[in-house]
Amino acid sequence: MKQPKTENQSSSQQIPDEWFKPIKKDREKAENVVRPSLSYWHDAWRRLVRNKLAMSGLIFLIFLSLMAIFGPVFSPHSASDINLPNQNQPPSTTHFFGTDELGRDVFTRTWYGARISLFVGLAAALIDFFIGVIYGGVAGYKGRRTDSIMMRIIEILYGLPYLLVVILLLVVMGPSLTTIIIALTVTGWIGMARIVRGQVLQIKNYEFIVASQSFGAKTSRIIRKNLLPNTMGPIIVQMTLTVPTAIFAEAFLSFLGLGIQAPHASWGVMANDALSTILSGHWWRLFFPAFFISFTMFAFNVLGDGLQDALDPRLRK
Amino acid sequence: MAKYIIKRFFMMVITVLVIATLTFFLMHAIPGSPFNEERGTNEAVQANLEAFYGLDEPLYVQYGMYLKRIATFDFGPSIKNPTQSVNDLLSRGFPISFELGMITIIVALVSGIILGVVAALRHNGIIDYVAMTVAVLGISIPNFVLATLIIQKFAVDWQLLPAATWSSPAHMVLPTLALATGPMAIIARLTRSSMLEVLTQDYIKMAKAKGLSPLKIVFKHALRNALMPVVTILGTLLAGILTGTFVIEKIFAIPGMGKYFVESINNRDYPVIMGTTVFYSTILVFMLFLVDIAYSLLDPRIKLAAKGGE
Repeated sequence: MKQPKTENQSSSQQIPDEWFKPIKKDREKAENVVRPSLSYWHDAWRRLVRNKLAMSGLIFLIFLSLMAIFGPVFSPHSASDINLPNQNQPPSTTHFFGTDELGRDVFTRTWYGARISLFVGLAAALIDFFIGVIYGGVAGYKGRRTDSIMMRIIEILYGLPYLLVVILLLVVMGPSLTTIIIALTVTGWIGMARIVRGQVLQIKNYEFIVASQSFGAKTSRIIRKNLLPNTMGPIIVQMTLTVPTAIFAEAFLSFLGLGIQAPHASWGVMANDALSTILSGHWWRLFFPAFFISFTMFAFNVLGDGLQDALDPRLRK
Repeated sequence: MAKYIIKRFFMMVITVLVIATLTFFLMHAIPGSPFNEERGTNEAVQANLEAFYGLDEPLYVQYGMYLKRIATFDFGPSIKNPTQSVNDLLSRGFPISFELGMITIIVALVSGIILGVVAALRHNGIIDYVAMTVAVLGISIPNFVLATLIIQKFAVDWQLLPAATWSSPAHMVLPTLALATGPMAIIARLTRSSMLEVLTQDYIKMAKAKGLSPLKIVFKHALRNALMPVVTILGTLLAGILTGTFVIEKIFAIPGMGKYFVESINNRDYPVIMGTTVFYSTILVFMLFLVDIAYSLLDPRIKLAAKGGE
């Protein structure tokens, strides 16, 4: 960049020529790498850490997970013990978040709700991941007829209104946590499959895939070892964004009375129970579950946005 | 173009058929007959009832009858309330739900686009940050939580607007607000990001260089292209609004289709569940179809893609 030996520079007058010494050319040294090279993941992590909103989302989620695991242990009250004389107590030092109409401790129930919400979210995301990656990977990699048949199936399924399907399945199979997760993944994997297929279509013609093929690698090996690692970015983003959708769906269904059944606590159930008493001013019964549903979804959304920016810098605005 | 429409129409019919079949066999997978639980029904009465609803026929005959009914849009009588047919419920509930849905999507579109455009024009400014924070919050707060908060504030604390039923424009404000916030937030985010992309294009610079007014550039040149992604997700948004009406109608005691649907689920009223599900899905699939057609009309490039089979 610097051109010290050219004539027409005014700045070169202030710098005496003697200052410039030719560096000894050293072949060995020229090849040295001064800074450690950053891997893709390292680089993405650095970008993510700089994103304050995404990091606060991540920190909130870590806190929530810890509280979901250990929160009920801190509390002397159980989540399902009914204590009628103690009903509808406002938040106090004994009941941090107050009690509900059966005298149950809202603080303890909130963390049990966190367990259920996080479990539903993570389970749905993981199952979607497995089905979607296999389906999308095979469709994208095989191409031709296989792809077009598989994509027609997806097109038909995509038209299904997913909450209606979920509700139908819940009516048939009866409400339970397992049913909710199954119902959510029946249509949930489609988004993942589409993304994986798109990515695979892009990558599969690169030389390293052709090289793998020419060495006689099997399809399953190429998908696992060559294609997937290179599509991990969008997959992770999609998984992060699946979690809040699943959490919302669980809360929505529980709110409609189709989800988790008493005496189990989920945020949707708590909000539904509290709805009837909103007029009597027991604000804490609605506030805490509502706050945690919203904030968890918020945290996952901003984390997903942040991951998207971090993992795919080309898309950044 | 005609070929594309026919192809899409064919897909639509298949999707509806899949939904109808799925609904039928799921409902029949439930053990027992819907009349088992009723007290005081002896076997003769039960057999009579089953004959009345066609439940004594073999499954494939029932399936055929069911498909015929769907084709003629006659969903038969309700089980819990035999004096009224599913069609009665639909014709009573649907106009209200449709009204709620349409007002919601219009409000969401208009406010979302305005918010997104303003945020993009003031990129990285205070308005941008505020608008995007509001948008992420809007996506994160579930509509039923928002609905209860809105009732608490506007109807209970401030006594400004009525909290329930659906009889005058004032009654429509709160439910629409609760239902429209989520879609509005999604639209605002999408409009903003595609607007930002479009604003860096050469033809925008060209328009500026020609000396066009900023308003004209935004509305005539930028927005037209920036709105394409919004059209794409319109179908998904409609699906969300549709299912959103279930809870919103429950919370605000609006006598729409969603309320009947939720009630029919709680009552295990199978003809009503089947009828409303098929009806809902048909409407939704039809909306998706319209959106696809509109999209290919708006963006001539789509036609090429359709010819090559994606």
